[in-house]
Amino acid sequence: MKRTVPLVIAAVTGVILIASYFIPYAQSWGEEAMIWFDILAAIAFVLGGGNLLKMHLQKISNRRAGWGFSVVTISAFLITLSIGLSKMGVNPAENFPEWSWSGDYLQEGGGFKWMYDYIYLPLASTMFSLLAFFIASAAFRAFRAKNAEAMILLGTAFIVLFGRTYAGIYVSQPIIDVLASITGSEVESLMSLRLDRLTSTITNVFTLAGNRAITIGIALGIVSLSLKVLMGVDRSYLGSEE
Amino acid sequence: MTDRVFRTATLVAIVATIGGLSVRPTMAQAKLDNGSEAQAESPPVERAETKPKPENPPRPPSDVTAIDRPDDAGTGIIVKWSLSPDDIAKVEEGQTRNVIRYEILRQVDGEGDFELAGEANFQKESFVDPKCSPNSSYIYQVVAVKNEDSKSAPEATAAGTRPVVQWWDTKRTWFLVILLMICGAVIQFIRLARAGRSLKVRKIAGLEAVDEAVGRATEMGRSCLFVPGILDINDMQTVAGITVLSRVAGLAAEYDAMLEVPTSRSLVMTTARETVQAAYFGAGRPDAYNEDNIYYLTDEQFGYVAGVTGTMVRDKPAACFYMGAFFAESLILAETGNSIGAIQVAGTAMPSQLPFFVAACDYTLIGEEFFAASAYLSGEEHQLGSLKGQDVGKMIGGLLIIVGCLSATMGLDSVVSFLTDNVLGDKGFLP
Repeated sequence: MKRTVPLVIAAVTGVILIASYFIPYAQSWGEEAMIWFDILAAIAFVLGGGNLLKMHLQKISNRRAGWGFSVVTISAFLITLSIGLSKMGVNPAENFPEWSWSGDYLQEGGGFKWMYDYIYLPLASTMFSLLAFFIASAAFRAFRAKNAEAMILLGTAFIVLFGRTYAGIYVSQPIIDVLASITGSEVESLMSLRLDRLTSTITNVFTLAGNRAITIGIALGIVSLSLKVLMGVDRSYLGSEE
Repeated sequence: MTDRVFRTATLVAIVATIGGLSVRPTMAQAKLDNGSEAQAESPPVERAETKPKPENPPRPPSDVTAIDRPDDAGTGIIVKWSLSPDDIAKVEEGQTRNVIRYEILRQVDGEGDFELAGEANFQKESFVDPKCSPNSSYIYQVVAVKNEDSKSAPEATAAGTRPVVQWWDTKRTWFLVILLMICGAVIQFIRLARAGRSLKVRKIAGLEAVDEAVGRATEMGRSCLFVPGILDINDMQTVAGITVLSRVAGLAAEYDAMLEVPTSRSLVMTTARETVQAAYFGAGRPDAYNEDNIYYLTDEQFGYVAGVTGTMVRDKPAACFYMGAFFAESLILAETGNSIGAIQVAGTAMPSQLPFFVAACDYTLIGEEFFAASAYLSGEEHQLGSLKGQDVGKMIGGLLIIVGCLSATMGLDSVVSFLTDNVLGDKGFLP
């Protein structure tokens, strides 16, 4: 029963979503199903918040290593929650001036918006900016010319990275001019070797072809897995009956 | 005397000068609309207040018709018209357009005023009104606009139009045909496998490495970390990740290794708990299951990354699994895992993140390999049948590409356009 009910719900919802994709008349059914998912996700958010509190309170209570971070996490969670729920600093909406809570909680000048702009965004940007350093370290490792394939990868990466800068054009154009004078051919016929155009060829032909192959494989994989979920062939995500 | 005359003359001259300055009218030349020039005796302030003469409005569009938009749920009407004669394709330099846009107004059920339904640019001859109801009838007017003060007379449709609910989206027929072929093949191979036919599936290194990674973590006495992506359980990548989690949890239970699963969605946490618990039951180790090891961090992308990387740096897990949907955080996670010396296995269907995982992880499941994981790891014959069904899909795709390439090479444009517009285009393989 514990597995059968979710399986039936998943199958029925899946069939409704497929039908709504092909049958315009059933479009609203699909929208309805997604609204139900949103409702479930919203209710589950309470579970998540409760779990967060429980985990960190346990950590503080047991004085486990790093419990100080848990204090910061819980404080930040409660402060954000209270400012968001109380709509601190938010002016009432124009239509309901007598209701102090009628304004949008993300209103400019409100407490929640202030926290978002001046605390959350800088923190998120800091995390995101770490990516630059990680790209450098990953590229350094990936592009080591250990064998023939790695050398091809390194050469291709060099062309693409250099070809995307203005320097790529300025450096490769004189080389093409010299090549043209040596071979006696038209400069225009050798222009496809200029780094920016070579970059376009690599990204629009080789990379795109590989990317499409991966995309088709992904699409087929999704079809196959969805079918197995709908038919109940794959039940590993449903847990046990016990 | 002379002195008085001089003073009087000076005074008169000054008064005359001042008076001349104050009473001298502004002599402005104004160019009139008829082209003649005339002298207007009016101060600048008075000129600014003069209302401009209304311009000639553009001539109205003609042949306004409205039809039901096909292949929809009765929510759209297409309004068409012939361009206003003043709406010319090209204007000479320095000239302004006589029609800059068309305003489309509508009246619902023949009641009330005509209200603005939308606008279309010059040289456009149609407009789709997407906010209709199949229970109402709509009359449309189209007005050519030169500017806010200069609009043509409205041209209206002859009768009201009622949108119709369609029962079939004809644009998606080819997609359905291809889908049915692939699904049919998958079902057929599952049946064949259930009937006892043996199916050969190639080894997938990334999935073979799952056993190795969990074993290594056990030997080192350190934990395994499983990251199921940052999307919710309604995404198929998360479902695929959870199926891999089932296998990892089973191995962790068998080897008595600790498994930690931080999630960024509450529903994923609940699902992961059920899955891990089932795996521990399956391995005969229900006592070893600890639901606190599967916990929720935050929905926010970089907040989640900060939490997971913090766990990595503090706990130094020996094996890290990244299975699900990832975005910019993929490289941050994988590089942090690399820096702590963990064996890393990743799987995602986000093509833009695959290079990052390939560069930073030991094994990467690329696209379809990731979705094949549940069938491959389960080892059940009927699940492996689904992988064979996928191969039929690949054959269909490959065949269509070959036909398209040959047709393009041979100059068969009609075949190429049919394939690209219908079978392979947005109505077929790439909806």
